[in-house]
Amino acid sequence: MTTATQRPDGEPTAPLVSLRGITKRFPNVLANDSVDLDLFPGEVHALLGENGAGKSTLMKILYGFYSSDGGSIQIDGEEVHIASPLDARRLRIGMVFQTYTLIPAMTVVENIALYLPDLPLTFDGRRVSGKIRELAGKYNLAVDPMSVVRDIAIGDQQKVEVLKLLVGQARILIFDEATRVLAPHEIEGLFEIFRMLKKDGYAIVFITHKMREVLACADRITVMKQGRVSGTIERGAATEKALVELMFGGSVPDEVSMGGADAPGDPILELRKVSTHAEGTGVGLRDVDLEIRAGEIVGVAGVSGNGQRELGDVILGLLPCVRGRRRLLGTDATSWSAGRIRASGVGFVPEDPLGMGVVPWMTLAQNAALGDVEAYSRHGGLSIDWKHVQRDIATSFDELSFEPLEAWVPVRTFSGGQLQRAVLSRELGRHPRLFVASYPTRGLDVRSAIAARRILAELRDRGGGVLLISEDLDELCRLSDRLLVLREGRIVGEFLPCEIDRHRIGHLMTDSGGTDA
Amino acid sequence: MRSAWAAVVRVLKGGWTIAASRYAMILAIALIAYAVVLLLAGKDPIRAYADTFSFALGTRYGFSEVLVRMIPLLLTAVAVALPSRLGLINVGGEGQLYMGAWLATWGAITFTSLPQAVFIPILIAMGFVGGGCWAAFAGFLRARGWVNETITTLLMNYVAPLLVGFSVYGMWRSREVGSAAFPQTVAFPDAARLPRFFGTRVHLGLILGLVALLAFWFVMERTKWGLKMRAIGGNPEAAKRLGIRLGLYIVVVMFIAGGIAGLAGMAEVSALHGRLRAGFSPGYGFMGFLISWLAGGSPLGILTMSFVLAVVFSGGTLLQITQGVPFAAINVLMAIILFVVLANPRFSLGSLKRAFGNSTREQ
Repeated sequence: MTTATQRPDGEPTAPLVSLRGITKRFPNVLANDSVDLDLFPGEVHALLGENGAGKSTLMKILYGFYSSDGGSIQIDGEEVHIASPLDARRLRIGMVFQTYTLIPAMTVVENIALYLPDLPLTFDGRRVSGKIRELAGKYNLAVDPMSVVRDIAIGDQQKVEVLKLLVGQARILIFDEATRVLAPHEIEGLFEIFRMLKKDGYAIVFITHKMREVLACADRITVMKQGRVSGTIERGAATEKALVELMFGGSVPDEVSMGGADAPGDPILELRKVSTHAEGTGVGLRDVDLEIRAGEIVGVAGVSGNGQRELGDVILGLLPCVRGRRRLLGTDATSWSAGRIRASGVGFVPEDPLGMGVVPWMTLAQNAALGDVEAYSRHGGLSIDWKHVQRDIATSFDELSFEPLEAWVPVRTFSGGQLQRAVLSRELGRHPRLFVASYPTRGLDVRSAIAARRILAELRDRGGGVLLISEDLDELCRLSDRLLVLREGRIVGEFLPCEIDRHRIGHLMTDSGGTDA
Repeated sequence: MRSAWAAVVRVLKGGWTIAASRYAMILAIALIAYAVVLLLAGKDPIRAYADTFSFALGTRYGFSEVLVRMIPLLLTAVAVALPSRLGLINVGGEGQLYMGAWLATWGAITFTSLPQAVFIPILIAMGFVGGGCWAAFAGFLRARGWVNETITTLLMNYVAPLLVGFSVYGMWRSREVGSAAFPQTVAFPDAARLPRFFGTRVHLGLILGLVALLAFWFVMERTKWGLKMRAIGGNPEAAKRLGIRLGLYIVVVMFIAGGIAGLAGMAEVSALHGRLRAGFSPGYGFMGFLISWLAGGSPLGILTMSFVLAVVFSGGTLLQITQGVPFAAINVLMAIILFVVLANPRFSLGSLKRAFGNSTREQ
């Protein structure tokens, strides 16, 4: 017993977990720089900060996923050494990761049983499912233990993740960006679960970069910035302004304001009753009607995996239309190849720039040349005009007012933001008529995200058509001139900016019926 | 001139010296291990090695034989290296080599009365088309997403020699007195024999091999097609999104690669044997795969490694005569080399490719 601190409600309680001086160094970056953190039983503690601030790293150290380079961890006042997630689980620490760790082909019971430390040689499903039902009833986590994980909704999968930790007797629960894939009402459901859990003395750490969620659920908020704690605030004292101050050490640049300047022009892209085959675990599009006009941003909301990727792919010509027609600039383009569609002025930002937008071991210049090989070819393709490529890179970076990047190093050495800029400059340098932006701000820090949003708005104002696929409802509401909701490959709702209602959108996204909520 | 100098500097500073010392180390380990095998067989490894190297590198005849051996190795190695840049694994060099020889033989015994100046280009074309179609079939199946090219090319290796066997035992079997006892075709007309040089057995195939290698380097490093192919190999998802026609490239590249392997088969039968025989290749196609793998697909590495393995190969023939070591024992050495390469991941294709990727920096 070393420290006894005042709890928010005035009761003197010992912290359940004390992190002291945690330091973690990665090759190029100091991810955690002597971080202190106390976690009390019965509290929801939010860890707030931009991407790369070190929140996840800190919690992965507590969960034994990384080993720290310095500092100590105390649990119930006793110094512990956590070398692996197994150690952490023995100390009753559990973590829900950003991407769920369930095995889709197995049932809920099997998934949970897999996690149990004392899994007997022969496995008694009934005993485990009895336990599951008991806990599920207590904390409003109803799922059918016998259903196969693949078949249940993403929100229910989250419940399974929570149940997994509870059945495994964790009392310290860490949620890493847990709301990323949830619809608004599901997020509220999760916070309701938090409230019940904390009443029973569980300690919850909630990692996020979304202010709105922090203010909705946290008892205490610790803000991290560049590997350090920049401050801890009690819920009562927390205001959006104070948190911004702590996150950025100043003010954030202005957000893009809703454009909607002129009436949109002629249609650039029309999809008429387009259907596609489902590939792999994805869904196929079914009877999608979509029109993108010059000078408008069409937003697409939906829980990921409901056809967003397919919608982008069908526009870019990567997926054939099984039924229906695709028209570009008034011409039937149903049978056009991806190359021809691209050549006619369609650009894209993929959901995963490193995996889908660039060749990682090629240089920025080579990747830029790939954007329009024919234009840079000389002597019928026998050589490539690298000077021209470099000139275009410089022009494009200048137009977008990006800081220049080194042209002759492999792009895989770039950070996420640099990579996004490389892709944006290549694609926008060609002044596309139509731009398919899939999750264009995912993984960007707040400033870069705002810059990217401004670029989309500028493209729209110059008369380009933009399809914006995103999971960030705030972003969609802010930018879209029209907002579509996609579920299971169908467009299930369409909103104008003035009539946007988060709850209705949320229910449409998840097919949870209720229009009231 | 300046760029040539820059290239030399790059070689010295870059991955090449490291790569070269790695090759040397691989070979040293393999030779030591093979020495143990020779010792166990009751042979004198030091004499065996001394004989091999003095014969292969010290005599005019020996050296020319090394070059002869090198030709099919060089060609089949390029046939593996080219598709590997697109991320395709062509294990079918052996089958493609047989099919090149097969179609070229059909040409040679069908158009018997052509002059050499016409005949040779026709043979080259037939060898190319024969191997090319064989490989393009596998490429087509892959492009349609039906079957993985590694499986098809591997399995087709077993079909091609059987097709050759079927032909030479059957319809093409020679009726000549004396040679009819063997499963082989009639002798090619003189005009259908590839020219040889300097009174040795070194033939036109060497030039074809060097041209193929040079073209491979040039196309990959300098042209737009090379850029696109490297993009496909580097990230097919991105390549698709940038409008590159993956399927077309896969089929065409497999055709060209198979064609290059087919040239090796054509050159063997036309220049050396003068007729098609069942089982004429002692596994050149597989050796080519090993070479390309060792060299990480780099042109200079392919040239070096195919020379080194050609020395080892002709050493095998020599040891058979001088020490009574069966020729097949050379397979033990090959296996040991492969084993050493596989045992140490740092020798692998990826690391060398990366070194290579970095060296293309200052174009």
